[in-house]
Amino acid sequence: MSKSIQLHFELPGNDLALAGEASSKVKKTLNQLGLKPAVVKKTAVAMYEAEINAIIHAGGGTLAATIDQEKVVVVVRDQGPGIADLELAMQEGYSTAPEKIREMGFGAGMGLPNMKRHADLLEIESAVGQGTVVTIIVYL
Amino acid sequence: MTVAELATKLNLRLLTKTEATKKVTGVYTGDLLSWVMSHAKKNDAWVTVHTHVNIVAVAVLAELACIIIPEGIAVEAATLAKAEAEGVILLGSDLTAAELCWRIYEVLH
Repeated sequence: MSKSIQLHFELPGNDLALAGEASSKVKKTLNQLGLKPAVVKKTAVAMYEAEINAIIHAGGGTLAATIDQEKVVVVVRDQGPGIADLELAMQEGYSTAPEKIREMGFGAGMGLPNMKRHADLLEIESAVGQGTVVTIIVYL
Repeated sequence: MTVAELATKLNLRLLTKTEATKKVTGVYTGDLLSWVMSHAKKNDAWVTVHTHVNIVAVAVLAELACIIIPEGIAVEAATLAKAEAEGVILLGSDLTAAELCWRIYEVLH
């Protein structure tokens, strides 16, 4: 029977100052577990993007990470507006972020493409008006 | 080279009380946080004009050596406090981002 480690975080809505905190904590755990640097880096980039998105677009949500013998699974769940056209949203450079967010160096339309590039498996379930669930899997 | 040694060589101002013993092996500049997250390398010194608190998370997640704010731009107290809490080194300089990259590259090679 393989053991797994589970971490759970609330992502505060619209508090950009705290954005990245959950990802930083998960990353710390991954490092403590002695996972390969490449695995840690891939997971860190992908989950940071998902965390930022939930805070910027959806007024917060939750981030849950599970680490077992073979993979890291990060699930970021929100009850925000949802993604109307996922194919369009996946395109590099496409963004619906407000100007204020862009001024801070976010919202360049790189978040979802970045997740796709760094995750071994990326699954996005979204319904307009209901929210979005992003699942990121990185194999050890 | 450590960040402290780099700071001495280039006259950088240490803005945080974080111990500047981290190793620096490269330099990266950019202000798109997503881009920096995925392209900067571990132990890079990162030059950015952003001073808001989110740069600290990027430095932690990308395992950057330090953040250098160019052209004498003032940094928010909240950012410095967060950096100290996370063990991130923030430095200031009067040089431009381009000058900093050039000088750091020279010093490291």
